[in-house]
Amino acid sequence: MTDPVLSVRDLRVEFVTRRGVLTAIDGVSFDIARGEVLGVVGESGAGKSVTGAAVIGLIDPPGRIAGGEIRLGGERIDALPPERMRRVRGKRIGMIFQDPLTSLNPLYRVGRQIEETIRTHTDLSARAARQRAIDLLAEVGIPAPERRIDGFPHEFSGGMRQRVVIALALAAEPELIIADEPTTALDVSVQAQIIALLKRLGRDHGTAVMLITHDMGVIAEAADRVAVMYAGRIAEIGPVRAVVGEPLHPYAQGLMGAIPTLAHDADRLAQIPGAMPRLSAIPPGCAFNPRCPKVFARCRVDRPEPLAVGSHRVACHLYDASGKAAA
Amino acid sequence: MAIPAPALRAETAHRPSAFARFLDSDLFASFRRSKLAMAAFAATLLLFAVAVLAPWISAQNPYDPAQLDLINANLPPIWEAEGQAPFWLGTDDQGRDVLSAVFYGMRLSLVVGVLGVLVSSSIGITLGLIAGYAGGMVDTAIMRIADVQLTFPAILIALIVDGVAKAALGGHLDTDATLALIVVAIGLSFWVQYARTVRGSVMVEKNKDYVQAGRLIGLSAPVILVRHILPNVTGPVFVIATINLALAIITEATLSFLGTGLPETMPSLGTLIRTGNRFLFSGEWWIVAFPGLALAGLVLAINLLGDWLRDALNPKLQ
Amino acid sequence: MLAFILRRALQSVGVMLAVGLIAFAMFRFAGDPVNQLVAPDTPYAERLQIRESLGLDDPVLVQFARYAGNAVRGQFGNSYQFRQPVSTLLGERMPATLELALCATLFALSFGILMGVYSALHRDSVFAKVLQAVSLIGVSLPTFLIGILLIFLFSVTLGWLPSYGRGDTVRLGFWTTGFLTESGLRALILPSITLGLFQMTLIMRLVRAEMLEVLRTDYIRFARARGLTTRAIHFGHALKNTLVPVITVAGLQLGSIIAFSIITETVFQWPGMGLLFVQAVQNVDVPIMAAYLLLVALIFVSINLAVDLLYTVVDPRLRAVRRPA
Repeated sequence: MTDPVLSVRDLRVEFVTRRGVLTAIDGVSFDIARGEVLGVVGESGAGKSVTGAAVIGLIDPPGRIAGGEIRLGGERIDALPPERMRRVRGKRIGMIFQDPLTSLNPLYRVGRQIEETIRTHTDLSARAARQRAIDLLAEVGIPAPERRIDGFPHEFSGGMRQRVVIALALAAEPELIIADEPTTALDVSVQAQIIALLKRLGRDHGTAVMLITHDMGVIAEAADRVAVMYAGRIAEIGPVRAVVGEPLHPYAQGLMGAIPTLAHDADRLAQIPGAMPRLSAIPPGCAFNPRCPKVFARCRVDRPEPLAVGSHRVACHLYDASGKAAA
Repeated sequence: MAIPAPALRAETAHRPSAFARFLDSDLFASFRRSKLAMAAFAATLLLFAVAVLAPWISAQNPYDPAQLDLINANLPPIWEAEGQAPFWLGTDDQGRDVLSAVFYGMRLSLVVGVLGVLVSSSIGITLGLIAGYAGGMVDTAIMRIADVQLTFPAILIALIVDGVAKAALGGHLDTDATLALIVVAIGLSFWVQYARTVRGSVMVEKNKDYVQAGRLIGLSAPVILVRHILPNVTGPVFVIATINLALAIITEATLSFLGTGLPETMPSLGTLIRTGNRFLFSGEWWIVAFPGLALAGLVLAINLLGDWLRDALNPKLQ
Repeated sequence: MLAFILRRALQSVGVMLAVGLIAFAMFRFAGDPVNQLVAPDTPYAERLQIRESLGLDDPVLVQFARYAGNAVRGQFGNSYQFRQPVSTLLGERMPATLELALCATLFALSFGILMGVYSALHRDSVFAKVLQAVSLIGVSLPTFLIGILLIFLFSVTLGWLPSYGRGDTVRLGFWTTGFLTESGLRALILPSITLGLFQMTLIMRLVRAEMLEVLRTDYIRFARARGLTTRAIHFGHALKNTLVPVITVAGLQLGSIIAFSIITETVFQWPGMGLLFVQAVQNVDVPIMAAYLLLVALIFVSINLAVDLLYTVVDPRLRAVRRPA
């Protein structure tokens, strides 16, 4: 395997508030290889979106990257000066947001918004940029792109608008695409199409994709590997088959149990009791310990470090031989 | 559903005193925190005190021609070479003490302002209650008038009310009638905001259980409106009234400045500025400067207080 | 879309009728019109004759219809003070007021938007805070005080600019303009600032609030994620979206500027309609008051309609409703 496109090590993101410093992301590490889709799952507030924003350099004050490093194609990008980071955004990292209805400026034609992105990052002429915009719209499956390019966002349906947003993210042929809940705001029937599109584009262009979602169905369908986040930390990460089929972390087990499948009855949908702690009240030790069905004394004191177990990496004392011995 | 009305208010009996409750309130806490609000409040209080005490702290009664002496005309303020005690801020061309005139003028401006606010709030609250409670045609009619009136600046409406009344009453009025006329003109210019706010709350409140309960036990509409609905709108009405007071003072000053307000024999701050304006070119700047400063200070202090009140009572606006 | 414009137009006609009724009531019932026309010693029989010739004995509705009909043709009767047709008097003074209002609006818009954008983009800078504080003071100071202050500074103390009148004007057909002479332009400066200052602070506060709102939207975040330059984001995307709602308010402000010019024209003895109106109120010259009221109402209503139309041009979402999908 060659060098990963994206490599995140010990990332730490803090928010400075009046009541003190809140740690939103704490010691997160992962890689994404060329052409690979990494799914990032977790409940809302688990830190998925903040991680994505940190990678693309869109953490706004009072937030800040307080530690760790982010490398894109081997180059550190977490501490670039604003102007150089701007050139990374859109050019080397494309981003897709949750709500296609609000992602596009309602007052400008979609073509103008795509051409603007292309011309910001390349030195194509106006005419060439327009041609490329039409090609992009065609590639993301917009019918009659040479006509639709002059439409306003409100003239597109939700699914079509998300395709336009994807075309915008692809405009400068980025190495990495961060898709933050790209299907949440869409109709169920359209969700599958968008996911398929993302997967195909990632494969065709060799783009690495970071797919942030709370929907395990989307992960199971689209991701190659999956990272399960909880309270700003990665609980478990591994190949999607392994993590979905045979989760090791008690939280991941609870989460997988919560997927309704045809085989199971909706009534038997497992629920994890309790709620994720607020950032201001993360318990010592393992953040999941108050809700964990398999909690033991060490979980309340010691913070678990990620351990390699088979193809997984899991942050849980259950799999720490020395810890088990102590318990 | 059928709660007897007295039960609604029973808990008031064993509450701490109103003052103790005020000291404990969020409003007071926010007041203590805002230095600007405290300064504005202090300034407003001081200016009100000056206005009330004007007859006892002024060197002369500027409305009494017998007390004016032309020998003292056009004296500069005390710190200039020709200044003389007791005319701390100089005198005008009639020998009128500028400081006394400012005190009395402030008194008049505040009287007109407060009366104007009372009139406009009474009109506005009444119409708002009626519109909100009655609904239908009555509501539509009142609110349409409000809409049309809102398109015109208040000063234009006040000027027209003033002009029409003068035409209808036949030319020249004595000073008391003029004062009453200005109060009415201001009242008719500023009722809309009260009416809109009150109507909004009435529409929300009138469908609540306690109002329905009041209806069921046979309370009449006016009783329900005044006893149960009105107390719910005091907060916003108070904010509007504070900002309205500043606007009313400006409106009176503007009318007087335009020569359609209070006469020169009984000058308000606006009249003083109007007359003083004539002396700007001959170098007697103090005749216009001090009334102008007093007016600006008064309005600014009340506006700051109103701004703070609005923010403090409306946390979601921040 | 067409229905919307039609409904607004109908509403405008309604407003004009209501204001017309008020103007007519003033004209007809505020004081006896006959008294204003004849000498005090005119015999009763002659007065009756004049009453009849003026149609004052006709039913009120007929009189209103006649008044409205005349008003539509620009006939508002004769001024009591000047013994001249009101339409002539207003016509002579209209260019002065409109030129002043135009300059004041340009001043208010350009500086208001500039300062609003600045204080939104540099929210925490010292200068933005100074602007906020100054705007509060600007809202608190009565217009006439600002005018007097400006005269004191720039005319009395520094002697740079004239303190009253329009300066030299040039006649172009029925229009007299102050734009073509140096003294005319210099005379416009202080009154325009005085008249526009209040509106400028309003626009500044509005632009600031609106722009802060826009900067928080998803499409601005997305524009940043696309790596657009700060410049393109702020001035290409955020500014345009900010200005859409500002148009409405600014349009309506133009209407108030014309009405507020009453005060500024008095301070600067500017020979416009506002000054004429104030003199009419002082002298109980009802025909001028009634005509001015109607004229201002007409200007307000037209501006409101124009703003509605403009809105649909600027915002494609509204435009689209017009053509069937």
